[in-house]
Amino acid sequence: MNALTYPQSVDSDGLSERPLLDVSGVTLQYKTRRHLVTATYRVDFQVFQSERYVLLGPSGCGKSSLLKAVGGFLQPVEGTIRLNGRTVTKPGPDRMMVFQEFDQLPPWKTVKQNVMFPLLASGKAKRREAEEKALDCIARVNLTKFADVHPHMLSGGMKQRVAIARAMAMEPDILLMDEPFAALDALTRRKMQEELLQLWDDLRFTVLFVTHSIEEALVVGSRILVLSPHPGQVKAEVNCDGYDHGAVGGAEFQALASRIHTMLFAEDVESGVKGPRA
Amino acid sequence: MTDLSFSPRSRPPGSPPIGRREPPLRPEYERTVTATGPIGDVARPLSPWERLGNITALRRLLVLAAVAALWQAAAVWQNNPLMFPTFTDTAAALWDAIRRDNLLSMAWTSLAVLLKGYAVAVVLAVLLTTVAVSTRIGNDLLSTLTSMFNPLPAIALLPIAMLWFGLGEVSLIFVLVHAVLWPLALNTHAGFTSVSETLRMAGRNYGLGSFRYVVTLLIPAAFPAILTGLKVGWAFAWRTLIAAELVFGVSSGKGGLGWFIFQNRNELYIDKVFAGLVTVILIGLLVENVVFRWIEVHTVRKWGMVR
Repeated sequence: MNALTYPQSVDSDGLSERPLLDVSGVTLQYKTRRHLVTATYRVDFQVFQSERYVLLGPSGCGKSSLLKAVGGFLQPVEGTIRLNGRTVTKPGPDRMMVFQEFDQLPPWKTVKQNVMFPLLASGKAKRREAEEKALDCIARVNLTKFADVHPHMLSGGMKQRVAIARAMAMEPDILLMDEPFAALDALTRRKMQEELLQLWDDLRFTVLFVTHSIEEALVVGSRILVLSPHPGQVKAEVNCDGYDHGAVGGAEFQALASRIHTMLFAEDVESGVKGPRA
Repeated sequence: MTDLSFSPRSRPPGSPPIGRREPPLRPEYERTVTATGPIGDVARPLSPWERLGNITALRRLLVLAAVAALWQAAAVWQNNPLMFPTFTDTAAALWDAIRRDNLLSMAWTSLAVLLKGYAVAVVLAVLLTTVAVSTRIGNDLLSTLTSMFNPLPAIALLPIAMLWFGLGEVSLIFVLVHAVLWPLALNTHAGFTSVSETLRMAGRNYGLGSFRYVVTLLIPAAFPAILTGLKVGWAFAWRTLIAAELVFGVSSGKGGLGWFIFQNRNELYIDKVFAGLVTVILIGLLVENVVFRWIEVHTVRKWGMVR
């Protein structure tokens, strides 16, 4: 059962001393055909071991770009991203991504092969070991029955579970999730959020989670980075540990949600009132 | 707030404006779901006819039989065996040619040359597209070369090839490579460029090097397009080879199918000419419906990439 060994005990004495992920002064820009778009402007944040850190903001705040930069797919124009003290320069298997799109799973591999693929490709495990790990992770996301099925036979939620299992099997330093449940229906999304929390409870991995839903941020996260739009700048960092779906209706939850809502949208109202820029 | 007055819900009851109907208010209820009877069977076996109709091979054989029947009728009606032999005459001539003129070994001569050229072209196409996807200049190289050479008929290169490589297999292989390489490279490249960004990022996330990235990720992801390229390439190669044999006759001392057709036409054995053509068609059908179909069923169909 203990095929997965996250380094949770390594840092037990010095947890608060050194952040796992250190993003400092990161400005991200990308080019379209006509424009140079600034996605985020001098964003700082730190993620510690076993945190469920959420990047929250309206569309256009550069939260996905930030996640891609941490993943190594996008180079910051300014500032640095350090993981375990090492600067991130390119994509690597120490940061596994879970994407929103269902086509992130190679369709020519079965569920088991999909989970084994990165293990073998990165040389992290030999075939036998990879298979064991894969089956263990598939069992953790309740897909044992579908281990030998090709992805096109699975529902959207199941595909996302495979993607999560694939990322978990790699035991990455940090799990990067880019709106992983956004394309799911509401019922499935809720179930997946619960399952993710359950998994976290078992394994205590570190996750960086991007969402535009305040409710999802509060339920899934333990700490939230609130970003303003165009370009993304840090607005606030909020603690939100201990809310589950049961707490959603509660007064405390609602108060926090509306506080974040005000942070995100106060500006829009102001600028809307001010006049023509709306 | 005054603007909301057009909403039907905020209207005071009892004073519906003319021409606007309210939905009726109906009672709510809850039910417990009961087991369904035989009507609600989830799956019902198909009737034998429906199942026969689902066999693709059977349907296609039916089409072939219809074409053969049409041919027979047209030939009988024409009644000119020298110009247009009947289907049965052709079948007899085919059988005769197989037994006495070594048609099968001639077909094999053609096929062997074809396979060599095809294999070389496939390897070249993989190399060329790998370069094209890894570098920008490689990309420019491939698009320029394909747009230059794809429209150039392979058979037009044969005279030059014969000048360079002599009257033999090498010349044929040269034109075959030309016939297969460009359409295959074009399709493969189109396939590569249409691989989704997410899948690419997933692959790079694994830390795959550029060669392994192409082999383990891009090629399978682009396989539907590559398979189309292989099919098109096959058809081009087959055409080119038969044409080359027809025009320039014997290659390396052993005649192929094209040579067989050419020779029999010279001697006015038109039924044998037809038999040769039928052999070309049969081999084409066989490769398309057995070889490529098998590949398709075991790859892209199994993976749900095409229907």
